[in-house]
Amino acid sequence: MANVLVFIDNPGQALKKSSLELLTIARSLGEPAVAVNGELSDDVAGTLGAYGAVTVFRPSAADLDDYLVAPKAAFLAAVADKSGATTVLLENSPEGKEIAARLGIRLSAGVITDVVAVDADGTAHKSVLAGSYTTTAKATTAVTVLSVKANMVDPEPATAPGAPETLTVDVPADATAAAARITSREQKVASGRPDLTDARIVVAGGRGLDGDFGPVEELADALGAAVGASRAATDAGWINHDAQVGQTGKTVSPQLYISAGISGAIQQKAGMQTAKVIVAVNKDAESPVFEIADFGIIGDLFQVLPQATEEIKKRKG
Amino acid sequence: MKIVVLVKHVPDAQFDRHLSGEGHTTDRDESILSELDEYALEAALQLAEARGGAKAGNKVIALSMGPAGAVNAIKKSLQIGATEGVHLTDGALAGSDAAATSLALAAAVRHLGADTPVDLVLTGMASTDGETSLVPAQLAERLGLPQVTFASSLEVDGGRVSARRDADTHSETVEASLPAVVSVTDQINEPRYPNFKGIIAAKRKSITTLSLADIGVDSSQVGHAGSWTRVTAAEERPPRTAGTIITDEGDAGIKLVDFLAAQKLL
Repeated sequence: MANVLVFIDNPGQALKKSSLELLTIARSLGEPAVAVNGELSDDVAGTLGAYGAVTVFRPSAADLDDYLVAPKAAFLAAVADKSGATTVLLENSPEGKEIAARLGIRLSAGVITDVVAVDADGTAHKSVLAGSYTTTAKATTAVTVLSVKANMVDPEPATAPGAPETLTVDVPADATAAAARITSREQKVASGRPDLTDARIVVAGGRGLDGDFGPVEELADALGAAVGASRAATDAGWINHDAQVGQTGKTVSPQLYISAGISGAIQQKAGMQTAKVIVAVNKDAESPVFEIADFGIIGDLFQVLPQATEEIKKRKG
Repeated sequence: MKIVVLVKHVPDAQFDRHLSGEGHTTDRDESILSELDEYALEAALQLAEARGGAKAGNKVIALSMGPAGAVNAIKKSLQIGATEGVHLTDGALAGSDAAATSLALAAAVRHLGADTPVDLVLTGMASTDGETSLVPAQLAERLGLPQVTFASSLEVDGGRVSARRDADTHSETVEASLPAVVSVTDQINEPRYPNFKGIIAAKRKSITTLSLADIGVDSSQVGHAGSWTRVTAAEERPPRTAGTIITDEGDAGIKLVDFLAAQKLL
């Protein structure tokens, strides 16, 4: 049976949904092992077992978080060698992709990013050119490295849970030699909203908001959604750049994308194209966004959004 | 300082883009200098200018790998202010994935550093065609250099580079020794446009053409042969079709919630 390695970086007190998704995909490909950087709580170890992890590998060093990606890639390469993994799965965050990038060079392994589905033989499916094409790609190397987008499978525990064996793997001595060191870190104030990249629902606002993100944020909170924005809105300084979705921002693939006051020029469409369901609210009936919306409302978002927010609260009781 | 800026000639994202041929590669007919590379070029020019510019021996080398047309990305970079251009071009490079691209670029950077060493390699945060963001990290790994990616501000002082990075949950400052590979976001600066003087000056600047033989890379290491991934199929996504469009008559918010409920999205 093929050995599949899942990388989980700093799981904290409970595994994220995206990590559970990776474990679920791993089981469909072979026998899963997990490489964990950072603290490993008993709860997390238990969940790893419940999701079928046979072995959990931990680094011999605790300072990998003090550097940018390079030592994590070196650790993961050492684990891949030791475990005999033929597939390595990582999350599709910017950091996940960079670890995948360096790991690929260390293992002489093909790297495929932005993966939305993986076949049992390791063939990966993704969408490219801002969602205008779907492609099938395969590594030609002995090991395949895949970074997988969130929300692509439903997490499912293994039918036969196990108690994984924990092993420590030496971080190569040269791992930190040529790595950038993190000299300070400030936590941002937590919004309490889900992360934009793996949110199930995204409510995004654009130029039509005219500086007031209130209606978008309130609807997002009623839906338990993340808040996104077009480049016009972030460039205008109405909302932090982190919220930008699209060609130069984040690519998202939520179940539902609600676009408010976004005209839908080609680069803006790029941010929403791969959402399952698109809802658009815009007062300009000619907006290109209506060409791709499953449900479009020609109207004033300052009327429509608050009314929807109230109605959702009412129905949720 | 000697700075190499990677510039890519990419299909204009303002228009529909297509994949073609056996390897499902991007059709590059309507191509421009990748917008995200302009930020890297601007960052390089600012670093060079702060040290007395070209007169003081600072070099900003625009390096592009690609077919004949890629020279346009280099010419534009020279008009904006790069001091020289280097075009790595060879038929065997076509269809290179990120791993093969980083191999060729690493060899080109080593070649450019043969006489005087390269201090900094600057890139955009991603190309606007492949969008993988893999190349800067892979280039750093191949060159054995620190990578500082997604920099939203950058300072170089006394053989060290420091940068600010913004992630979703935190911001951080990072530091590395030179030489290093640095990728910058579109938040770092406001790229300048070429002006008339720059366009005239660019005509006198040299563009060196390098082949694989010049940088000591065998053709089997790049292109489809040297790539570690293969695109086996590509399908144009059927265009999304418009669904129901309504005009608000005072109850559109409620109709929106009805729609979400019907789709089981509440």
